[in-house]
Amino acid sequence: MCGIVGLYLKNSALEPRLGELFEPMLISMTTRGPDSAGFAIYGDEVDERHVKVTLRHPDPKYDWDALALAARELDPQLAWHRNAIVAVFKLAADEATVREWLARSVPDVRIMSIGRSIEILKDVGLPADISRRFGLARMQGTHAIGHTRMATESAVTLEGSHPFSTGLDLCLVHNGSLSNYNRLRAKLRREGIEFETENDTEVAAGYLTWRLMKGDSLTEALKAALRDLDGFFTFTIGTREGFAVLRDPIACKPAVIAETDDYVAMASEYRALTSLPGIAAARVWEPEPAEIYVWERGS
Amino acid sequence: MMKFDLASHSVRELNQLLHEQARQLTEREWLVLNPGGAHSIACGIDQELSVTIDGHCGYYCAGMNKKAHVTIRGNAGVGVAENMMSGVVRVLGDASQSAGATAHGGLLVIEGNASARCGIAMKGIDIVVKGSVGHMSAFMGQAGRLVVCGDAGDALGDSLYEVRIYVRGKVRSLGADCIEKPMREEHLKELRELLARADVDADPRDFRRYGSARQLYNFKVDNAAAY
Repeated sequence: MCGIVGLYLKNSALEPRLGELFEPMLISMTTRGPDSAGFAIYGDEVDERHVKVTLRHPDPKYDWDALALAARELDPQLAWHRNAIVAVFKLAADEATVREWLARSVPDVRIMSIGRSIEILKDVGLPADISRRFGLARMQGTHAIGHTRMATESAVTLEGSHPFSTGLDLCLVHNGSLSNYNRLRAKLRREGIEFETENDTEVAAGYLTWRLMKGDSLTEALKAALRDLDGFFTFTIGTREGFAVLRDPIACKPAVIAETDDYVAMASEYRALTSLPGIAAARVWEPEPAEIYVWERGS
Repeated sequence: MMKFDLASHSVRELNQLLHEQARQLTEREWLVLNPGGAHSIACGIDQELSVTIDGHCGYYCAGMNKKAHVTIRGNAGVGVAENMMSGVVRVLGDASQSAGATAHGGLLVIEGNASARCGIAMKGIDIVVKGSVGHMSAFMGQAGRLVVCGDAGDALGDSLYEVRIYVRGKVRSLGADCIEKPMREEHLKELRELLARADVDADPRDFRRYGSARQLYNFKVDNAAAY
């Protein structure tokens, strides 16, 4: 079992309150997933000449100041800040340059997310502790997706916790378990996709990364996932502009969606939505199996 | 009428009070406020109570119900009225998957849609859905009636025993051993009674009947030599 939550604000007046609205949703799903938790928050966007990268190092005392100094060779005007155990860097550089420079200079530093808007923050532990650690309640932004994990297919580790980054400003959270992920991982490795864990969701994330690299739109990639992924899943996919929801055709894993003039919210269970303003008057429904739902700005 | 607010008290406290009514009936009408999607609301009642739940409920609402009339003014989560024995459960909104699962008796009315596996393994309950039902509805249904005023999803009545299914709209596909059967006078009468009990305004003549072909679960005499 795991819990999934997502909140997409239609009304920009609510953006300063995104974290405050989202935190109780995440914490309410603790009973579905007390092992680990994480969220991807979209906001504080950089312009198209910049990239925002969220970094983590296994050593909690890692010297981020030294890394920031070294990274001035990429961008002398770089901006960065520390948030608990991660650091967020904003650089005037492209994705490939940043990835190559990090891999060469500091191979121990892990990229949690990369894009213009996304920050993925996750850890092992109770959702309430992780929210507090990263200061979720004070965060602003346009949308967020989150996950509370009860591990079944692999170990309780940071690497196995969600969301999984699947490309620029893209990430995936998953409730369920996949059955054909070993063979699919082997196939994707041959295609050049790298994997760090034995986790099934990482394979789904790698699969989407691969389809998107091949030129699929998000909807095309999700259609292909319905064909190629065997198992149980409710997926929520965060994009720079919004989020998407997909359930497998058997639909054993729950999902509920609520929509008002102000927001679209999704969760594994309705009780995660009860703290949202105006929820009593929201349209609440269960997404259909094998149907792709997308909410994005401008679409 | 007894008002019970789930914003300030637990589901366990509510259910305990409802169960005590089985020993001594002191309050027949109950209004449950602020259900907030909580699980197991009004489970295991064994008394002629009228319980109204004012909002959306979580999983297993009114499960194992005996005798009581439970109305949900909102949507119901997974397994509403699962294993109901008698009484009436009415959902004014939609029901999630496995509505009325394994239930032995009583009437479940869903005024909106029911999602997948509605009436899975039903054993005598009557289910009337004003809207549509999802895939695998009445899967392995043993006894009772399932009435669908809208459409039915894939694999309706898969591996069916003796449930009678009536559908007014389209059936996307029938499950293994489920077939369409002729609508005779006795079925029109039965369906008319069911719709009236459910307070649903529909003409029985607009429905089609589905049931078991009895090829899967009956012992075949040809196999007698194997024993």
